[in-house]
Amino acid sequence: MVDPPHRPAVPPQSSLPAADPATAAGWVDAPPRMGFFTDTSVCIGCKACEVACKEWNGVPTAGLDLLGMSYDNTGALTANSWRHVAFVEQPRPAGHGTASFAGNPTGDPAGPASAARSAGTVTQPGTEPGLLPGEPPAAARMTEFLGMPAAGPPGRTGSAEGRSDFRWLMMSDVCKHCTRAGCLDVCPTGALFRTEFGTVVVQEDICNGCGYCVSACPYGVIDRRVDDGRVWKCTLCYDRIGAGLTPACAQACPTESIQYGPLDELRERAAARVATLRERGETQARLYGHDPDDGVGGDGAFFLLLDEPEVYGLPPDPQVTTRDLPAMWRRAGLAALAMTAAAVGAFLGGRR
Amino acid sequence: MNRDRPAVGDRFRRFRAGRRGGEELAVPPAEFTSYYGRPILKPPVWTWEIAAYLFTGGLAAGSSLLAAGGQLTGRAGVRRAGRFAALAAVTASAGLLVKDLGRPERFHHMLRVAKPTSPMSVGTWILAGYGPAAGLAAVAEVAPLLPTRGPLGLARRALPPVGRAAGLAAAVAAPALGTYTAVLLADTAVPSWHEAYADLPFVFAGSALASGAGVGLLAVPPAQAGPARRMAVAGAGLELFGAHRVETRLGLLGEPYRTGRPGRLLRAGRALTVAGVAGAVLGRRSRLVSAVSGAALLAASVATRFGVFHAGVASARDPKYTVLPQRARLDRRAADPGR
Repeated sequence: MVDPPHRPAVPPQSSLPAADPATAAGWVDAPPRMGFFTDTSVCIGCKACEVACKEWNGVPTAGLDLLGMSYDNTGALTANSWRHVAFVEQPRPAGHGTASFAGNPTGDPAGPASAARSAGTVTQPGTEPGLLPGEPPAAARMTEFLGMPAAGPPGRTGSAEGRSDFRWLMMSDVCKHCTRAGCLDVCPTGALFRTEFGTVVVQEDICNGCGYCVSACPYGVIDRRVDDGRVWKCTLCYDRIGAGLTPACAQACPTESIQYGPLDELRERAAARVATLRERGETQARLYGHDPDDGVGGDGAFFLLLDEPEVYGLPPDPQVTTRDLPAMWRRAGLAALAMTAAAVGAFLGGRR
Repeated sequence: MNRDRPAVGDRFRRFRAGRRGGEELAVPPAEFTSYYGRPILKPPVWTWEIAAYLFTGGLAAGSSLLAAGGQLTGRAGVRRAGRFAALAAVTASAGLLVKDLGRPERFHHMLRVAKPTSPMSVGTWILAGYGPAAGLAAVAEVAPLLPTRGPLGLARRALPPVGRAAGLAAAVAAPALGTYTAVLLADTAVPSWHEAYADLPFVFAGSALASGAGVGLLAVPPAQAGPARRMAVAGAGLELFGAHRVETRLGLLGEPYRTGRPGRLLRAGRALTVAGVAGAVLGRRSRLVSAVSGAALLAASVATRFGVFHAGVASARDPKYTVLPQRARLDRRAADPGR
């Protein structure tokens, strides 16, 4: 048997030009690649982006949904939520990583136990797989202070001695519009396509709901609606940007946490912003999805984060699954040969 | 090669050890962080139909190989059983695949494009070629029942050669049909499927051969079932070898194949495979023992396919299978930037 396939730890350069997926997809004279830069350091968690997206795109509501785990009652990106504001509570001074905290400053109202309890809550967003329950131990481990705060802001006890440092992390998540998009690669109907702006969009009149893209997305973004059987996700407001408008979420964002524009420009702006934040002592500030050499060739929608990606529910090192597809076909070919040889041998290998 | 994999397993064993004992939630080991413990990936929306199709597709492939072997070596009973089983299995496959779609009435949209980057598209075209061939080969078996005169008499004379050509065409497509489904599963972000891509095709090829052999053992008298017995041995060997590698080579990502419902299904599959092969070889003089062995091999294939299917789903549902291997990869890259 051959050795297990060796794969370099650093993804090999794609044969496609990573910078311009629209041209690689066959567009002639494509406009500049457009994208989102979501700067979570100025997100205030107002969820105007979630609402604006639903309004403009006619995305169905999920009714009254309370998850009881934090101020986040959306829970995840689904076919019925194309923007999702993640909400993380951390009892630690700004600028520290996840491991610096010891001790619970406010006692009972919230903590690992309540986090573990609320991890199991789900609502029915009308999609599949939709929003799934979490693992209680993992939720308890996420931060050491969790759940709905008590009557007052946590850490405020009225006296200087009792005060603790505390921070809220908020982040508006969205489809990443990958340079090398797994969903698009595996779609067997051609329903998913690359637009002239370099974004990835589902054609709702083509999709037959096979669900392959759902399993192929390394970020867990694309999702299927139960009542209509098709997959849905952010289109980066294909209809708006084609008419020169700003996508609904970026238009609605009151703090310019969501910035829309040509990707090159956004990357420059993001690099400057992260440098500024680090200068000011925010040592944990980092960009996510900005690097054209990462496992998906860089994201069309990238982020400035203040902690590790997995704290926000993002994979730390996503890779497009089709990167290994040639090796997969080779192994399948070898197995097919073995199968043929076994059948031939079975009929030639004896008289009875 | 993969010198880092045991490290992941070690980390996980420490994580498991840390979780045991008294205050599980109060003193959680900070082995990985996640967003409220919720999955990062969306687990497959595919339901039992796809797991069942993994079986029926493999059964069709194995049966067509058996039928072609019977055809070429003059074993009419083997040929007939293989062709009928192949037609039944491929018909069931098509039904299961269409039923699993969110929009079944749009199944023909699969035929709009041919995309080598989509194993599902490749599989569609394999099935589109294999299905009619397998169907024609099975229909040709009814030729002796037709009247000797009139238009049906013409069919009676024309069908056998057509069936022979179709049977060979189906056998050529069969190995592709039996192994592409492994790529279908591996070409996803589902951690335990993707990382098993080197070995899953051998599990599926072996399982397909063993189920085809099961048809032979069930349908023909032991005196004619020699090739089926040998096919069962070869298939079981391939399958057990592949499954062993899947369970042991993947470190943390092999765990879903060993634990819970998928672990039980795969153990049952292994036990049934061993029992089926042993019965086929040792009970070669007994019609009953041979038939029971054939049934055991078919059941083994069902259990193995459902086990592999559910192991992948379990790996996508738990964020640790997403975060820990990716963290380990980042650590490796940080330790050795030149790699």
